[in-house]
Amino acid sequence: MNIENIKKEFPIFDEKIQNNDLVYLDSANSSQKPRVVIDRIYDFYSKEFSNVGRSVHYLAVAATNLYENTRTSVQKYINAKDKNEIVFTKGATEAINLVANTFGQKYLEEGDEVLLTELEHHSNYVPWHFLRNSKKIKIEFAEINEAGEITIEAIKNKITNKTKIISVTHLSNVTGAILPIKEIVELAHSKNIPVLVDGCQGAPHLKLDMQELDCDFYAISGHKMYGPTGIGVLYAKKKWLDDLPPYQGGGGMINEVKKTGISYGELPNKYEAGTMATAQVIAFNESIKFMEKVGIENIEKHEKELLDYGLDILRKNNSIKIVGNPKNKGGVISFTIEGVHPHDIATILDEDGVAIRAGHHCCQILHEKLKLPATARASFGVYNTKDDIDQLSKSIENCKKIFNL
Amino acid sequence: MDLKELYQEIILDHGKNPRNLRKTENFNKDAKGHNPLCGDNVHIYLKLNENKKVEDISFEGHGCAISMASASIMTDLVKGKEETEVKEIVNDFLDMIKEKEELQNKILNEDEKTKLMCLSGVKQYPMRVKCATLSWHTLTSAIDDFQKIVNTEN
Ligand SMILES: Cc1ncc(COP(=O)(O)O)c(C=O)c1O
Repeated sequence: MNIENIKKEFPIFDEKIQNNDLVYLDSANSSQKPRVVIDRIYDFYSKEFSNVGRSVHYLAVAATNLYENTRTSVQKYINAKDKNEIVFTKGATEAINLVANTFGQKYLEEGDEVLLTELEHHSNYVPWHFLRNSKKIKIEFAEINEAGEITIEAIKNKITNKTKIISVTHLSNVTGAILPIKEIVELAHSKNIPVLVDGCQGAPHLKLDMQELDCDFYAISGHKMYGPTGIGVLYAKKKWLDDLPPYQGGGGMINEVKKTGISYGELPNKYEAGTMATAQVIAFNESIKFMEKVGIENIEKHEKELLDYGLDILRKNNSIKIVGNPKNKGGVISFTIEGVHPHDIATILDEDGVAIRAGHHCCQILHEKLKLPATARASFGVYNTKDDIDQLSKSIENCKKIFNL
Repeated sequence: MDLKELYQEIILDHGKNPRNLRKTENFNKDAKGHNPLCGDNVHIYLKLNENKKVEDISFEGHGCAISMASASIMTDLVKGKEETEVKEIVNDFLDMIKEKEELQNKILNEDEKTKLMCLSGVKQYPMRVKCATLSWHTLTSAIDDFQKIVNTEN
């Protein structure tokens, strides 16, 4: 597949958005969807729909097989050992909540510490914060350096004999820093501490190999991987899924239910209570196939080229300050313009069809540390081109003009 | 849609050099406002005299050009007005931003109304309406002595 032609696979780019061609630079927020994913949802609902895992009729069996096929695809895609290590959730947020809740219940006691980093998204902080109240645990934050990175030393500095779990992002959705996950896991495991990786930004942009990373948990959102909303994945080593208590209770996750007691179902059902996002799970298989067809190496290379090109152009502009300068960086450029608030930047860029995000990007801890109330962020996906970045740069100039800079 | 309508000279001017951006000494009413979507913050300080007239009003905070200009223009316009008049102006402004074409109140003169109408450009930008209204909601809660933080999501 020619990376130049990929844009054509995404119907949204055939649309005029307020009379403009869409320059979509908000993929870190959510990615656009290729036709195969959209069609799969339509086809499933129009020709194949049934609930999964319950009835014995033809459609139910077929739907169950399709649903389980996605599990196998994800397992292969991230190189998990066992298909039952893949749990479907509504997104990375639910995956992290699942771990915080169940691990917290079983293993955290008053005074125990959970180690996060200053780069974390609110969804990798708030679920742990709940345990501050219910279990009186402490939360520690590994600190960023000048470049907006988390080094292995920063993690080492905050590990104590009270640290019970480390939960870190794979790739920062603000500075773009890619964390040294393998080293963090090695260090943590040498002290018997499990590691959860918030892979929300990792999964769409980096090659994933659970055997190589060796982390205990990895959280993914489907909608950032060219897939539907409402679907995510928790990868967890089987020993944890066997060991931890169930998360939500309901149909599908039980073995036997009596007035006097309940026994829970086997994996993966144990963690998938109630009717799941069936159509989305089935369509998510198409996202995985799409990414496999393009090739994650090609995606990485393409986005790196865009990043280098974008950084080069924006750095030449004296009024732009780029947030963070990590050596190992994904396709995210957060920036500020002296004299223009990020929200005004976003509104003015939008007028040219350039979609970026402005705000704290659900990372208030980081923004407070950087002493910035808000930043503007351009983030890349497989469909972006150098033309998109040229348009970004042009629209930024327009922004300065409007503000008489 | 026209960006020029949104970012007029007067908005850029108030946005860059907000009036009354300070803290009133001996204020007797205040309230904080917060827009969780964008992280904008405003803290309004009000000094009402014994006749319930606004002797001084000021604000602290940070935000985009629209929210800073809105707070700046608002504080300029309500200074010297009576509490009931302030409430009428606030409601009139919020009605105008929401649905009405024109301002209806008879308290402000034409010049002052023209200034306020500069903010009507946000109507075209639904995501930005909250930027323009945050300080106004916060002023209301300062007057009403609400102890809670105004949150544009509620
Ligand atoms: C680093 C990171 N973690 C977690 C999330 C939350 O993902 P979701 O809202 O899909 O659950 C996001 C999404 O913005 C993110 O960027």
